[in-house]
Amino acid sequence: MAQRLRQLSPSPGGLAAGLLVLLILGTLAAVATHAGGLSALGPWDWRAVWFTLWQAALSATVSAVLAVPVARALARRRFGGRALLITLLGAPFILPVIVAVMGLVSVFGRNGLVNDLLGAFGLAPLSIYGWQGVILAHVFFNLPLSVRMILHGWQAIPTERFRLAASLGFGPGDIARHLERPMLREVLPGAWLAVFLVCLTSFAVALALGGGPGATTVELAIYQAFRFDFDMGKAATLALVQVGLCVAALALASRVSRPAGFGAGLDRDTPLPAPAGWRRGADAGAILLAAGFLLVPMLAVILQGAPGLAGLPGAVWAAAGRSVVMALISAMAALALALALAQVIAGGRAWAELAGMLPLVASPLVLGTGLYLLLRPLVSPTALALPVTVAINAVMALPFALRILIPAARSLQADYGRLADSLGLRGLARLRLLTLPRLARPLGFAGGLSAALAMGDLGVITLFADSRNPTLPLKLYQLMNSYRMGDAAACAVLLMAISFALFWLFDRGGRIHAAL
Amino acid sequence: MLRFDRAEATLGDFRLNADFALEAGARVAVIGPSGSGKSTLLGMVAGFVPLSAGRILWQGQDLAGMAPGARPVSILFQDQNLFPHLSVAENVGLGLRPDLRLSRAEHAAVAGALQEVGLQDMAARRPAQLSGGQQSRVALARVALRARPVLLLDEAFAALGPALKSDMLALLARIADRNGATVLMVTHDPDDARAFADQTVAVIAGRAHPPVPTGPLLDDPPPELAAYLG
Repeated sequence: MAQRLRQLSPSPGGLAAGLLVLLILGTLAAVATHAGGLSALGPWDWRAVWFTLWQAALSATVSAVLAVPVARALARRRFGGRALLITLLGAPFILPVIVAVMGLVSVFGRNGLVNDLLGAFGLAPLSIYGWQGVILAHVFFNLPLSVRMILHGWQAIPTERFRLAASLGFGPGDIARHLERPMLREVLPGAWLAVFLVCLTSFAVALALGGGPGATTVELAIYQAFRFDFDMGKAATLALVQVGLCVAALALASRVSRPAGFGAGLDRDTPLPAPAGWRRGADAGAILLAAGFLLVPMLAVILQGAPGLAGLPGAVWAAAGRSVVMALISAMAALALALALAQVIAGGRAWAELAGMLPLVASPLVLGTGLYLLLRPLVSPTALALPVTVAINAVMALPFALRILIPAARSLQADYGRLADSLGLRGLARLRLLTLPRLARPLGFAGGLSAALAMGDLGVITLFADSRNPTLPLKLYQLMNSYRMGDAAACAVLLMAISFALFWLFDRGGRIHAAL
Repeated sequence: MLRFDRAEATLGDFRLNADFALEAGARVAVIGPSGSGKSTLLGMVAGFVPLSAGRILWQGQDLAGMAPGARPVSILFQDQNLFPHLSVAENVGLGLRPDLRLSRAEHAAVAGALQEVGLQDMAARRPAQLSGGQQSRVALARVALRARPVLLLDEAFAALGPALKSDMLALLARIADRNGATVLMVTHDPDDARAFADQTVAVIAGRAHPPVPTGPLLDDPPPELAAYLG
């Protein structure tokens, strides 16, 4: 009986789970009660639903198709800078969306490199605005992650298989048929779904590059209903539709194992068989094209913006300071929640894992809409802007932080749980003497991801903010919208630098404090 | 007295029963085939394996509902007895205060315990810098400091060579004698049982049999035990 009671008394993990369930289900309930029924949606809104689905499907397909040759080339070739390139492939995950958009505009935009080239050959210019720009940006972000996931699959094929294949005299075609295609059949659905899920709640890309009748996502439509029409019933209905899409996609995803997009272990001792001849050239081409597609937009932003850094107006620096403080609070909140939940989950409570995955069913704008509906009788929306952004960014980082922390918390529990219990190591002492030192490395990594994601987020802040207290990503968006491209480029460099620096500092801090 | 009062643990479709008592200060070996439930028996006393029926009592007090750290019990596992990120002195100090906020007297007690196991010069080292035998000594120093009246060893010295192991058993015997501790020691080695424990509990097919004198049991084991002993 006493044991029962002890389990029921509030633990940090139980509190974290309760808070999360309350926040997410509470906002969803607010959204549901305000939703006007599906009849509130006009043809414009249904087009947004349709666009959301097909752009996500197309983005996922293009990313997967392009990722296969790149991953194969990276798997079977060795060259200088290969490790650096693979590390860089992880960078888009923490690259602020709006910075990437800025880079893509400077390469693919009206006055960009690509259109200059097309013009030189007398071809009609491409426009980056509209659905093609949305797809382009999604592929930019997700191609590297797809490559990493598929590369992982390649490297998971045991070396012995390749040795056997070599001893049987397999050519590249035989290896593809017997080894590579079966692996791809297993890995590709997961990689495709991971990208599909990300693109399903795309907001900032659509805000910056889409927006017309043919390129509005549901997430963007919520923003428009909220901000321009001020039609809360419609915003709430769209939010419900968004939740429905996410739940359906997650249900689909739960049947498919999703490979990890980040993480270590991307190298093996013996390289795979590397066929010579034209395949060598094709592999080199795939790697060069992918690296160029990834790096040129970033270099363009840096070259364009770095000289202007010193001349940035004070308002940009103020926004930067505001964003850093918000990102730090978000990261700390995300870490505290994730750590509390991970320990409960490591203790074998399945419900906590469910609570930790709840944020996946609600997109930032859905939560923002719900929180606004809940809180509007109490506070003004502009007063909500910063705190709500901090809270939502913390919640949105939670699934990633959990994916990093749960395995570490599980092995900590398995290795030292009993020893700590037998010594009566509990509460804060256990946190200080056992948990924090042993989990410093994954905590640093998860904190770095959370801080960088929060730093670069341009999402729910757009619902509430006026022009007086912008975050740095919002300030950048405002500069772009007012065509102050010089300042915008410099601002983009600043935002990118701070995001990467935050990630590096957390990650490095974790490594330094990591226990032996 | 440590009493198993029709104590029973159920793990899936595995079930272990124990119904006997051990005198305070007894030294008891626990032997039996792999998977017979030796560790489960210790886990029931230590508080890691919940009872599905019955009670376990120490000096008449029911242990149910007591957290592992609150029980009158110290336990040593086969490995992972030390936290690798804490120094030797800190690992020992945990036996006095789990939050490691030690008073001057407690620091002195830690130093004394390390002296007793011959590791006074290793206080600032990390476990990874010690040999396996030295690591066992650190764990024993902590056991000595905690001075709990029941001592459980779950194949604690199984990874050590024969000479080291008999050193450890001698050290253990000294510590147990000083505190008058009751010792339950799981071992796969009949020689350990003979050398250390005058009584033995045989765990066979889901039942922990009441303790019997070690020598006669090993000289003339029942069939199931004979098959295991070979």
